[in-house]
Amino acid sequence: MASKTRKKQQATQVDQAAGQPNGQVVQLQVPSKPIHFEQTFETYPAGAYTHEELGLSREDLLAIYRNMLLQRRFEERAAQMYGKQKIAGFLHLYIGEEAVSTGAAWSIKIGHDSVITAYRDHGIALALGMTANECMAELFGKIDGCSRGKGGSMHFFKAEKKFFGGHGIVGGHVPLGVGIAFAHKYKEDGGVCLTFFGDGAMGQGTVHESMNLAALYKLPVVFIIENNQYAMGTAVWRAFANTEFYRYAANYNMPGALVDGMDVFSVMKALRKYVALAREYQPSVLEVRTYRYRGHSMSDPAKYRTKEELEAKKKEDPIIRLKSYMLQHGLSTNEELDAIDADVKKEVQASVEFAEKSPLPPLESIYEDVYAQPDYPFLA
Amino acid sequence: MAIMQFREAIRAAMIEEMERDERVFLIGEEVGQYDGAYKVSEGMLKRFGPKRVIDTPISEAGFAGLGIGAALNGLRPIVEFMTFNFSFVAFDQLVNNAAKIRYMSGGQFKIPIVFRGPNGAAGQLAATHSTSTESVYSYFPGLKVVAPSNPDDAKGLLKSAIRDDDPVIFLESELMYSMRGEVNEDPEYLIPLGKARIAREGEDVTIVAHSKSYWIALEVADRLAEEGYSAEVIDPRTIRPFDFDTVVQSIKKTNRCVIIDESNPFASVSSEVAFQVQQRAFDYLDAPVLRVTAKDTPAPYAKNLIEYYMPSADAAYEACKKVMYVD
Repeated sequence: MASKTRKKQQATQVDQAAGQPNGQVVQLQVPSKPIHFEQTFETYPAGAYTHEELGLSREDLLAIYRNMLLQRRFEERAAQMYGKQKIAGFLHLYIGEEAVSTGAAWSIKIGHDSVITAYRDHGIALALGMTANECMAELFGKIDGCSRGKGGSMHFFKAEKKFFGGHGIVGGHVPLGVGIAFAHKYKEDGGVCLTFFGDGAMGQGTVHESMNLAALYKLPVVFIIENNQYAMGTAVWRAFANTEFYRYAANYNMPGALVDGMDVFSVMKALRKYVALAREYQPSVLEVRTYRYRGHSMSDPAKYRTKEELEAKKKEDPIIRLKSYMLQHGLSTNEELDAIDADVKKEVQASVEFAEKSPLPPLESIYEDVYAQPDYPFLA
Repeated sequence: MAIMQFREAIRAAMIEEMERDERVFLIGEEVGQYDGAYKVSEGMLKRFGPKRVIDTPISEAGFAGLGIGAALNGLRPIVEFMTFNFSFVAFDQLVNNAAKIRYMSGGQFKIPIVFRGPNGAAGQLAATHSTSTESVYSYFPGLKVVAPSNPDDAKGLLKSAIRDDDPVIFLESELMYSMRGEVNEDPEYLIPLGKARIAREGEDVTIVAHSKSYWIALEVADRLAEEGYSAEVIDPRTIRPFDFDTVVQSIKKTNRCVIIDESNPFASVSSEVAFQVQQRAFDYLDAPVLRVTAKDTPAPYAKNLIEYYMPSADAAYEACKKVMYVD
């Protein structure tokens, strides 16, 4: 280590050694009057932003549109393939939530900044530029899959995109996001970590430990709560005493905001601000309200909600919203957007063919990737 | 060579590796300002500063996961658990994230991290503070588990663990921290993981014992020697991967085996060693493999009960006599 850096660190350490911040003597006192607590949380509602103020060109909009559509069509095909038993295990679809993944991916430097999420991970993978081929092949459990057929739907990873997965234990990956951010700060590489998790994870202690650690150590992380309103079949109001999740930010002395996740512009507007804050080592909590159209997984008929609720939400569809926006503003035509859809469908169809043709992993690969050590003596 | 306490040997290993590699850092409860709950990290905050010696709140799952995330993103953390009893609060982090992310990602990520701290019973601490965790963590493919018995091994093995690209569970002992011994001071002194040490050569019985139990084995070997029997004592040092070859070679010579393991008996290290021995050396055995373990109960508090609970030199001595068919 350079001696200069050490001097700087030792200076910081002397401050800490005083026991209290800045060496003050802190006395715990109980004030005689009631305590009023106020906190402002920014909101990012749908329909409030234009492409101009986000600095997006027509080409950007078409790329964003195409990306959201790719996620939608990919998962529609994945659902079909699940029905044909080409895909096994759990398959959690993201359909309806595409503005969150695309808006987030368009707000970071992919490959420099980091991303980690839970098991509903196909959308963010495709948003980060992972190919439909490697994603579909993973769902098929084939060797050309992004995780070589070892992870499946819940465990997509891509090191070169700094995509740290795809995690199946609710809330279990959130401390990892904090650690990834810790490493960015330690290395002083300017990177931030977007840490996604669902509303259900708010019930896990790890999430609250993570928020405290991130705020305590001033780490470059943005916690993104994708509140799709149901943890499996349990509505948020049935599971949480306080369903206003953005408010938890205040408990950990972080800024928090509430974002409409059905509008990609709202997601981008919010993410840009809080990613910039994270680069200055100010973590934050964003509650992004969104909705999944399908059940929790393929076996879930979603009887815990009404058809009317689903139909109402579909009217806010993020892809239709962007399409209408472009048509209204003369930025595109139905013909052009239909052509994009046809192109996306072709790409997805090709990914199914790619996945079909890709070989199964060879049996001897079962012992690969367990340890970095090449000659680990496995028990027979 | 220098005479060092066990805790000093561990500290020396950490300091040398932190001097050698800037990516290595230490994080855990009371490791900094307090100088370590058991003074293992004494002076390290002063030496390296708060960027690299990091105090945490009491959030085992949080800071264990933080370490794993940092390892995924290019650092080489040492995570101290005040005791491994508290690692159970972080169990999901260790057995799902540290152990399995490399596999689930198809080998895209390595997780070079060491979780270290005291393990096992340390007197009258009662049940929740006395767990031997080696068989628990050894169950999980993806983890390596190390349990040294003396200061020199502790230093050489910890340095290897820190340089290893796989997650390592490094099990120490409160009762051994003050133990003194000769320690190799060479900064490149590395003991490979997965290699047992034949601590004493003998002909009549093989005793396999790690960590504190190793000292019971030596005591028993002394007692047997007084009676004219020679015991071969093997300290496996690493539990996962376990050096079964060295044990089997020894049994081919002695034809008898006793395992001393302070874990609870069910599905323990001793269970696996006994199984592997019968599979690999059945034709060489002249007696059933015996083991001496903690009782099949939680660890009690009362002095007489905890003494009764722990594997004793007397019981180990009796087991050796039994497999040699001498009474």
